[in-house]
Amino acid sequence: MESRGTRIALAVWAALVLAFLYVPIGVICLYAFNSSNVQSWPIAGLTTRWFGPAIHDGDMQRALWLSLKAAALATALALVLGTAASFGVHRFRFFGRESVSFLLVLPIALPGIITGMALNSYFTFWKLDFGLWTIVIGHATFCVVVVYNNVLARLRRVPGSLAEASMDLGADGLQTFRFVTLPTISTALISGGLLAFALSFDEVIVTTFTAGAQNTLPIWIFGQIRLGQQLPQVNVVVFIILAVTIVPVALAQRLTRESGILRTE
Amino acid sequence: MRTTWLVLAAAAVGLAFPAAGVTRAGAGTLNMIAWEGYTQAQWVKPFEKQSGCTVHAKYAGSSDEMVTLMRSGGGGQYDLVSASGDASLRLIYGKDVQPVDPARIPDFKNFNGAFRSPPNNTVDGKHYGISLQWGPNTLLYNTQKVKPAPRSWGAIYDPKYKGKVTVPDNPIQIADAALYLMKTKPSLGIRDPYELNAKQFAATIDLLEQQKPLIKKYWALASDEIDLFKNGDAWIGASWPYQTNTLKAAKAPVADLIPKEGATGWLDTWMVSAKTKNLDCAYKWLAWISTPKVQAQQAIYFGETPVNSKACAWMDKLSKGSCKQYHADAPLAYFKQIYFWKTPIADCGNGKNDCMDYTKWQQAWTRLKG
Amino acid sequence: MAAGLDAAQGLGALGRARRRVGGALFRRPWLRGLGLLAPPVGAFGFFYVAALVVLFVSAFWGVDAFTGRLVHEWTTGNFSTLWHESTYRTVALRTIGIAAAVTVTDAVIAFPFAYFMARIARPRTRAVLFVLVLLPLWASYLARVYSWRLILNSDGLLNWTLHGLGLPSAGIAYSNTAMWIVFSYIWLPFMILPVYAALERIPHSYLEASRDLGAKGFRTLRTVVLPLALPGVVAGSIFTFSLTLGDYITPVLIGGASSQFIGNVVYDSVNQSSNLPFGAAFAVVPVVVMGAYLVVARRLGAFEAL
Repeated sequence: MESRGTRIALAVWAALVLAFLYVPIGVICLYAFNSSNVQSWPIAGLTTRWFGPAIHDGDMQRALWLSLKAAALATALALVLGTAASFGVHRFRFFGRESVSFLLVLPIALPGIITGMALNSYFTFWKLDFGLWTIVIGHATFCVVVVYNNVLARLRRVPGSLAEASMDLGADGLQTFRFVTLPTISTALISGGLLAFALSFDEVIVTTFTAGAQNTLPIWIFGQIRLGQQLPQVNVVVFIILAVTIVPVALAQRLTRESGILRTE
Repeated sequence: MRTTWLVLAAAAVGLAFPAAGVTRAGAGTLNMIAWEGYTQAQWVKPFEKQSGCTVHAKYAGSSDEMVTLMRSGGGGQYDLVSASGDASLRLIYGKDVQPVDPARIPDFKNFNGAFRSPPNNTVDGKHYGISLQWGPNTLLYNTQKVKPAPRSWGAIYDPKYKGKVTVPDNPIQIADAALYLMKTKPSLGIRDPYELNAKQFAATIDLLEQQKPLIKKYWALASDEIDLFKNGDAWIGASWPYQTNTLKAAKAPVADLIPKEGATGWLDTWMVSAKTKNLDCAYKWLAWISTPKVQAQQAIYFGETPVNSKACAWMDKLSKGSCKQYHADAPLAYFKQIYFWKTPIADCGNGKNDCMDYTKWQQAWTRLKG
Repeated sequence: MAAGLDAAQGLGALGRARRRVGGALFRRPWLRGLGLLAPPVGAFGFFYVAALVVLFVSAFWGVDAFTGRLVHEWTTGNFSTLWHESTYRTVALRTIGIAAAVTVTDAVIAFPFAYFMARIARPRTRAVLFVLVLLPLWASYLARVYSWRLILNSDGLLNWTLHGLGLPSAGIAYSNTAMWIVFSYIWLPFMILPVYAALERIPHSYLEASRDLGAKGFRTLRTVVLPLALPGVVAGSIFTFSLTLGDYITPVLIGGASSQFIGNVVYDSVNQSSNLPFGAAFAVVPVVVMGAYLVVARRLGAFEAL
């Protein structure tokens, strides 16, 4: 289709973009082995002595655990609310239908600092205790739209006749949802959920305002960056997280390849 | 399929329950707001072991941040704060901190006279905190690039170092410029770098505007300045001894000094939140941080001066010569040459009320940074 | 009739109840719609929209100078300060300018990459590329921004490479140029994904038809591919533009002496000056800008392509 020259040029471009994306990642991983606690180029020396303290650091473990919990809960909330909203918008025509999309995209379209400030004042007003649930609410605001868009895009490609056929065959609403609808949107749920989890896990701006005295992992990382004394430990943590998440991300990608049920062309 | 849903549901419930415990700090956990370097493992871990209380520290780089954090979420988020003189009064008048009883601190009687009831933490005879440490804002420079060694604050206003200067990103920095003018332009009549009338303020801002093209970056985090000096982006600037110590440990060619005009400085107090739920642990921390050995450890680590007169002996034990280096045994004259941070207010202290208050300092600083 | 069916299927009491509810819902679609939409919209309304409204109402209040407590008195002082002082105009223009530059840069970088991924790469390569694009999002944003300092410093990786090639130093550490590069880097995956999705959806038959009608490669690109991919580009631009517009961490870590963003002024107002009303007032600017951007984006079909 495209000329050979074009293909080669595009392949080169892709390689360059990948290099651009991964040079800083390479720097992070390299400096996990930095023998000096102050970062400078070229690297002062190589050592693995930071791995032990980084993994056993109580503050880091607490922060990591809180981040995982918050991300899981926020993703769960986003999956439920996002799916419900996408079904509602897809199946029904009503006044203000377009505004629902607009409303849900607001948290991601508006600067995080606004969401953070607004929620902070609001929680203070209602005298809510700052902690896991305030973090989850803050994250859920922008995670919902990610799931919503994924599911809505998928619903638009799924023929409505499938659900009707299921009902004709005697299944009630819940059974239809479980056995017919859910499998067709499952991959959208997975990719939406994974992206929502990633966004929540790495979020720092809204979390600064909604976490109170608690530390999520990004807030812990920022504290370490401020201190400047144990920077290689931060690099160690990021390095390990990257290594660990390659598997689920690759797996999710495998799962979300187009399945035969949706071939509509 | 069904089992999957059951497992997920159980997991969700399981996650949510411990959450209830995480939202409220367990009894015996101290959430404290501290300057970078004030809660090092060296003296925090022994405290945790001995007292059974756990310490969580959140770092703040300026007094303003500390005040805001203390007030955030209705005020009950943090138990302790290491406030400098320009935050302490705001916290006291804002009713964010509670009075403490010095009788519960065994080492209080060993504090040097000036630090038992200083005006920045004692109001109407009530103590709103325990003095901690004090120190100067120093002039830091790269010994290889800045020759001969500078003697005066004029070096950071010198176009010779264009693009290689760094100063703190903090409105209180205006006082440093005012201090320089106080000594070099006596005709302006500045008596106190924190009490500036409109004309003196305008002249100070003018000096800072002239300095702006020389600045590489206004550092907001201590590690900003460390990186700037280590990587050759800055050769000279205003700093804390914490950066000097870290850079020297990383073998960077730097040195610092207090220039001939004197310096601004900080005088820190540990204050207890009015809404703390861990008063017992808070008092244990106050007692611990005032002991001579811990005072010495912190003084050497950060590069500041302890308030406990017995700390000097410990400092020399831990690091020979450090007592003199950090002026722990210095006479009152040294103390008096430092202009400690305090919140600028309209009351000029000489009967007039036309000094610039801190809001004007903050607005001017934002305008300056542009 | 219904009862007969239930019995025939051997349903228990719960099953019968479900059927009745299901039937009732089927006959009253509005109830179903309400049940589906009430939780998300209600939750958003109660938690998010209400909080926003309260925030922007507070833009009309003031603060006590010394203690920093809110003073609930109606005033437009904050807005008049914003309008009359040139500093805030400068900051706003700088923020919008860099956000626009970042958006254009990312669109230019992402488009050929996404095209390669969607239309030229083999399925296996495509899967690998997809994972490789998503993976950086899992390395902490802070750590990635911080590592750029190491690259752009005076004695950093970039200058080291340039010196090795015999070129002079690039003095871009701590500057707006540095911020532009770092922002373009950080948000790139957010631009690649929607553009890829849009390009992937273009049926092969369209391109074949275009060729059959006589269009050469570039013409096809311009008249067929670009218009169809535009919603994806605009969707990606929503992310890059808004995320840059609201950021305050990268200016602190990477910026220089004149690199304040709207986010920094707002953050300083709230955290340094304890002046929430002023921060809220200045925060109106990015809201208005993004509101306008979203309206245009919806026109261009971006909402279907997010």
